[in-house]
Amino acid sequence: MQVQLKLFAFFREGRFIKEDRELTEGTSAGEVVDSLDIDREEVGVLMLNSRHCDFDTILQEGDTYAIFPVIGGG
Amino acid sequence: MADKIFRVNMTDLTTSLEEIPADWAGHGGRGLTSTIIAAEVPPTCHPLGPNNKLVIAPGLLSGTAASNSGRISCGAKSPLTGTIKESNAGGTSAQALAKMGCKALIIEGQPKDDIWYSLHVTSEGVTIEKEEELIGKGNFAVVEALEKRNSESVGVITIGQCGEMLMSAANISIKDPDSHFRSCGRGGLGAVMGSKKIKSIALDAGDNNVDIADKDAFKAANKIFTKALVDHPVSQALGTYGSNVLVNIINESGGFPTKNFSLGQFEGHEKISGETMHDIIVERGGKPTHACHKGCVIKCSQIFNDIKGKYKTSGMEYESIWAMGADCTVDNLDDIAEMDSIMDDIGIDSIETAVAFAVAMEGGALDFGDSKEMIRVLKDEIARGTALGRTIGNGAGHVGRTYGVARVPVVKNQGIPAYDPRAIKGIGITYATSTQGADHTMGYTIATEILGVGGTADPLSKEGQVELSRNLQIATAAIDSTGMCLFIAFAALDDGTCLPALIDMLNARFGIELTTDDVTNLGMSILKTEHAFNKAAGFTNLDDRLPEFFATEPIPPHNAVWDFTGEEIDTFWNF
Repeated sequence: MQVQLKLFAFFREGRFIKEDRELTEGTSAGEVVDSLDIDREEVGVLMLNSRHCDFDTILQEGDTYAIFPVIGGG
Repeated sequence: MADKIFRVNMTDLTTSLEEIPADWAGHGGRGLTSTIIAAEVPPTCHPLGPNNKLVIAPGLLSGTAASNSGRISCGAKSPLTGTIKESNAGGTSAQALAKMGCKALIIEGQPKDDIWYSLHVTSEGVTIEKEEELIGKGNFAVVEALEKRNSESVGVITIGQCGEMLMSAANISIKDPDSHFRSCGRGGLGAVMGSKKIKSIALDAGDNNVDIADKDAFKAANKIFTKALVDHPVSQALGTYGSNVLVNIINESGGFPTKNFSLGQFEGHEKISGETMHDIIVERGGKPTHACHKGCVIKCSQIFNDIKGKYKTSGMEYESIWAMGADCTVDNLDDIAEMDSIMDDIGIDSIETAVAFAVAMEGGALDFGDSKEMIRVLKDEIARGTALGRTIGNGAGHVGRTYGVARVPVVKNQGIPAYDPRAIKGIGITYATSTQGADHTMGYTIATEILGVGGTADPLSKEGQVELSRNLQIATAAIDSTGMCLFIAFAALDDGTCLPALIDMLNARFGIELTTDDVTNLGMSILKTEHAFNKAAGFTNLDDRLPEFFATEPIPPHNAVWDFTGEEIDTFWNF
C-alpha cells in the first residue's frame, strides 16, 4: 500500500522532506519510525491525516503520515 | 539599595520616588502592573485621556543572574480592547530598571499642550526633557540618537510614528542587546505612551546591582533551573528554528488560519516555515540562534539578513509570520521580513496589523497575497497616518467595521492569533476568556493539544479544555510576574525540578518562603484582579465569546466548528 511520509525539523537531516513509500499491509506508525532510523525517544508528535496518532496505529492505503521531533513555541 | 516606585506626572511635569506600599511588595511584572492599574485607574476612563496610566515594571527576578529573567511588563487600560492590558517583551529594559531599584515606573496625567517629551531614568529618579529632534522619527533613529546622547549601553523604551499618532495597534518597543527591537506588542500600549506625549525613555542603570538575600541558595537554584531549561528538547528546537518551527506542525494539524480564517491549511506553508527560515539565515550569514536578552539560554530569536547579507530583522515570531503569511496568503519570506522590519521601526503590532490586513483584503482594499502592496501601505499610509493607514493601524475590528466584513476574527476587539479554534478547541477558551482579549500566550493550550507537552488533549474535542485553559492561564499570570520568558513553561510542564527551582530563586532573592500553592494563588488573584477591572469597565460574560462565524463556518480539512455554549465557557471563572 502507498503512504505519504512527511518529516520535519532535524528529522529531515540525512533523510527527506516528503516521500511516497510502498509499505506492507498492517505496518504500524512505530514500525515506520524504526525503519527510518529515528529514535522513538526523540519523537514528539505523530500525525495521521492531520490527527494525532501513536506508535501502535496501523497505517492504511493513501494515508498522509507526519513525524515531528519534540518542538514548541508560542 | 531599597527599591522604590518611580512616579511621573505628565500634567504637572513632576516626578517622585515613593516607598512601596505593603500590598505591592510581593508583586512584579504583570502582577504589579495589573495591581497598580486596578488600584489607580478608573475602569471607565478613556484609555487615551488623562486618567489612564502607563505602568512599566520589571519582573520579580529581573536583573538577577536567573536565566531567562529579563522580561519587562507594560500595563494600562488598552485603547484597542478597553480591558486591562499587560504586554511584555525581552530586551534590555527590565534588567536596567531592576538594577536601578525601580520597582515600577508609573506615568500618569497628560500634558495640556502640544509639546513632546522624553524621559531619562537613573537610580536617582526620572528627569523629563522636552523632545523635538525625534518626533516623527522611527524607532531605529530613536535608539541611535539616545545612544549618542547617553552611551551605547543605555536602555531604551520607545514609540514609533504609530504610537505618536495614537493608533490602537501601536506597540511599545524595547531595545535589545544588539540595538534592535523586542515588542510589547498587543493592545495598543504605544498609543497610551503617545497620549502621555512621551516619545522615549532612556534607562541608565550605571553600576548598580540587584540585592539577593541568600546568594548561595540563589546560585544553587539557578543551576538546577538552567539545566532544566537547557536539557529540554523544546528549548533546543526553539534555539535552532525559533518559534517559527510551528508553521509546519500547525499547518499539518489543520488549524493554520489561512486567507482570513477561511481555510485551515496554507499551500505555501513550506516557504515560510521555520525549517526554510533556518536554511535561508545560515546561507546568508545571519544567526539562526540569538538571545533577546542577556541571560537567556533558550535563544529562540534570530538575525535574518537580506539576500545581500545585510541585516534585515530579528525576532521573527511564528505568529507574525503566520499573520503576514498564511492569513494574507503571502508565501514570500523576504517580503515578510521586510514588513517585520518596517513594523519594528514604525512601532506597530505585527499580529494585529497583519490580521487587519487580511480583513482589509476580504473587504477589497487590496488583494490577498499582494505583499508588495502591504509593504507600500505600511511605509506610505500607516507610517504617514493617511485615512487608509489609520484604518488598518487601528486593528482588525476597526477594518472590519470600515469595510462591512462579517468574518472578523477578534475577541474584545483584539485580533485572534495563529491557531484556529475550530481545529484546536482549547485555545478558543483562552481567546474567549482571557482578560486581555484574544491572546494566545495568556493560556497556551497549544502546548498540550498539539505539541504533547504537559500531557495531551484532543484538539477536536471539548473535553477537558476549559480546565486546561484555566490551569494554564493561572500559571501564566504567575510566570508573567517573575520576569521569566514564557518559553520556560515547556521545561516547567515536563521537568519536575524546574518549577521548584524557580520558587527557590524567588525565596532566595527576597528572603521569603513561597510554596507552589502560593504561586498558584498568585496567578489566581492576578486573574481575579483583572477580571474585576474589566467588569467595572463594563464587560460581561457575553464578551467572553468568539465571533459568530466560528460556530457556523466549518473549516477544512476537519470541517469542524467551535461549538462551546455560553454556559460551558462561563464555567471558566469557577475558581
